[in-house]
Amino acid sequence: MPSLFDKLWSSHEIAATPGGTSLIAIDRVFLHERTGAAALNSLAAAGRSVRHPARAFVAMDHIVDTRPGRTDATLMPGGQAFITETRAAARANGLTLFDVGDPDQGIMHVVSPELGIVLPGLTLVAPDSHTCTQGAVGALAWGIGSTEAEHALATGTLRARKPPSMRVRFEGALAPGVTAKDMALALIAAHGSAGGQGMAIEFAGSAVRALPMEARMTLCNMATEFAAFAAFIAPDETTFGWLKGRRHAPSGALWELALAQWRLLASDADAGFEREILIDAATIGLMVSWGTSPSQSIPITGTVPADADARPLAYMGLERGQRLLGLPIAGAFIGSCTNSRLPDLSRAAAIVRGRRVAPGVRALVVPGSSAVKRAAEAEGLDRVFLEAGFEWRESGCSMCFYAGGESFGAGERVVSSTNRNFESRQGLGTRTHITSPEVVAASALAGHIAAPE
Amino acid sequence: MSRPFTTLVAIAAPMLEDNIDTDIIIPSREMKSTGKTGLADGLFAGRRYAGGREPDPGFVLNRPAYARAGILLSGANFGCGSSREHAVWALVEWGIACVIAPSFSPIFAGNAVRGGLLPLVAPAETVAFLASVDGPVAVDLPAQTVAAGGRSFAFEIDAEAKAMLIGGLDAIDLTMEQMPAIRRWEEADQRVRPWVSTPLG
Repeated sequence: MPSLFDKLWSSHEIAATPGGTSLIAIDRVFLHERTGAAALNSLAAAGRSVRHPARAFVAMDHIVDTRPGRTDATLMPGGQAFITETRAAARANGLTLFDVGDPDQGIMHVVSPELGIVLPGLTLVAPDSHTCTQGAVGALAWGIGSTEAEHALATGTLRARKPPSMRVRFEGALAPGVTAKDMALALIAAHGSAGGQGMAIEFAGSAVRALPMEARMTLCNMATEFAAFAAFIAPDETTFGWLKGRRHAPSGALWELALAQWRLLASDADAGFEREILIDAATIGLMVSWGTSPSQSIPITGTVPADADARPLAYMGLERGQRLLGLPIAGAFIGSCTNSRLPDLSRAAAIVRGRRVAPGVRALVVPGSSAVKRAAEAEGLDRVFLEAGFEWRESGCSMCFYAGGESFGAGERVVSSTNRNFESRQGLGTRTHITSPEVVAASALAGHIAAPE
Repeated sequence: MSRPFTTLVAIAAPMLEDNIDTDIIIPSREMKSTGKTGLADGLFAGRRYAGGREPDPGFVLNRPAYARAGILLSGANFGCGSSREHAVWALVEWGIACVIAPSFSPIFAGNAVRGGLLPLVAPAETVAFLASVDGPVAVDLPAQTVAAGGRSFAFEIDAEAKAMLIGGLDAIDLTMEQMPAIRRWEEADQRVRPWVSTPLG
C-alpha cells in the first residue's frame, strides 16, 4: 500500500498535531556560505546551539572564486565577508566544513552524494532550492529557508505538513544522445513551471531505472523548477553499487544492515498517488529553453511558440516562429549542480576533443567538485577543454548565477548546462538558454545553437 | 519571532505575472551583507530602477497610487527559484505584509509564514477582481476572508501556519516543548538505523 514517499515520511515522523503538521526528524543539514553565516549567527544570537554538529555540513560553493589560484578573495563585492563569517561560524559550532582549498570542496549537491553523506532513506535539508537533487539516492531531501535551517540545526527536526505525492513515470528507451536534462525539460515544458506544485515527486519507470546515478541527480535537480517539494528515485543496485565504499557510507556489518533496509525503499505495487504522469521516453528530443522560465523549452529542432508571451520574447531578443538552431552565441557554460559531474564533463569532452571553440565565444567548464576536477584531470579532460579554447575552472556554482561578480554581458546569448534561464540570472540582461552539456559543447564549437553531430 | 498578523487593510499593488521568481524579488547582487536587514532597497531592483538607482516610473511600486501598498497581487508560482529568505525579508521591510496569488513556491510559502508575511492563495479570477477594485483590500486572517469592492472571498490556510502568523510564534519554541519526544524517537532510531550517526562519529 505505502508509496516510497509514505515510507520516507512515516519513518521520520516523530509526532503529528491535530492540525496536520508533522514533526519530522532531520538526519542531515547542509549549509553554504551565501546564507550559512546568517543562520548560524542568528541561532547564536537567540542563545541556541547546533544539536547534532556531526550531522551538519558546510560547503563553500555559491560565491567562491572559481578562477585558477583562487583565495578567499571573490569578485562579488563584499563577498569575502560571506566566506570568512561562514567559516568562523562553522568552526565555532564544530560543523564539518568543505573550505576553499580543501580537497573535498565543491557544490554541496555534488559533494554530499560523492562522500556518501546523503544515503537512501535519510532526510536531508539545506537552504538551497536544488537540495531536491540529493533525492536521487532514495533520500527525502528538500530546500528550505534560513529560518527553517535554524530550526533543523537547533532541534534536529522540522515542522511540516505532509505534501501530496506525484509519480512521474518515464517508460521506454531514450533516443540516442537524449539525456536526463532533456527528460526534465520535456516534463516541465509539458506541464508548466508550477506543474509539480508543492508535491513530493517519485521519478520511476524503465527510462529512469536505466539512468546512471549522476543522471538521476540531474533529473531530481530540476524538480524545483517544477515547483516540487522534493523529488526522489527508489534506490536500486545502481544506487547501492555507486554508494558502496564512499567515506561517510556505512561499511562492514552496518552496510549489510543498511542494505537490507534500503531494499525495502520502493513504492508498493498498489501504492496511491495524488497525481500520476506517464511519459513515453522515446518521444523526448534534445531540449533547449527559448524564454525566461524552464517551462519555456522546446525541442532543439523546434521554433519559438506562436503564442509565446511578449516579455520573454523581448528579453531574449526572439520572435514567434523563430528557429533556435543557428542562433549566434557569445557564451557557453558547462557546470552547476545540474550538470557538472564527471560523466557530464566526459560526454561534453567527447564532442569537443580535437576541435576549437568558435571565435568570439567565451566558453567555460566548471567542475562540480574538487574531486570531479581531479578525476577529470586524471583522464586528461582538462587538456581536451583547454586545447579547444575553454576555460578550466576550480569548482563552485560560478556563473550559474550573477551575484554582482563575474557574469556574461548584457544582451549576450549564452548556452548553459545550468537550471535557470531567469532574467539576468547569469548577468544583467544576459540571454540564457538552458540545455544539456552536449548541446552546450556542440554550440560552443559551432558559434551558434547546434545539436551534437 | 515575527510581527503578529491578524487583519490588514491596505492598498494592493498588481503584478499579475506568473512565475515571479526570487531573483526578480531580490536579485542575488542585492544581498550585500550576511544579515537579514537592509534589503528593502534591493526589492525588485531589476525592475524598480531604470538605470543606476533612478526609480523607473513605469514600475508598479513606483507609481504614486501604490507607493504605500501593503499587499501584492501576483500570478501563479510566486516566489519560485532560489530559496533565499531575503525575498521575504525584503518584501516585509519594504512594507508588504501579504502576497495574494493563485499559488506559491513551497519554499517561499514556508519562509513567508516564518517571516510574518501571509501567502494568501486565491484563484486567478479572485486576484484579477481584487486588482480591478479601486480602493483598499481587507484581509482577515482569523476569519480567513479577503474582501474588496463590496465582495468577500474565503481562503484556505494550513492550521499551524495560521496560528504561527497570528501569534507571531517562533517555531523553534514550539518544537522545544516536544524535546522529550524527540529524544525518545532518536534513541529508538539509533537502534534501528545505527549508521545514521555512527560513521559520522
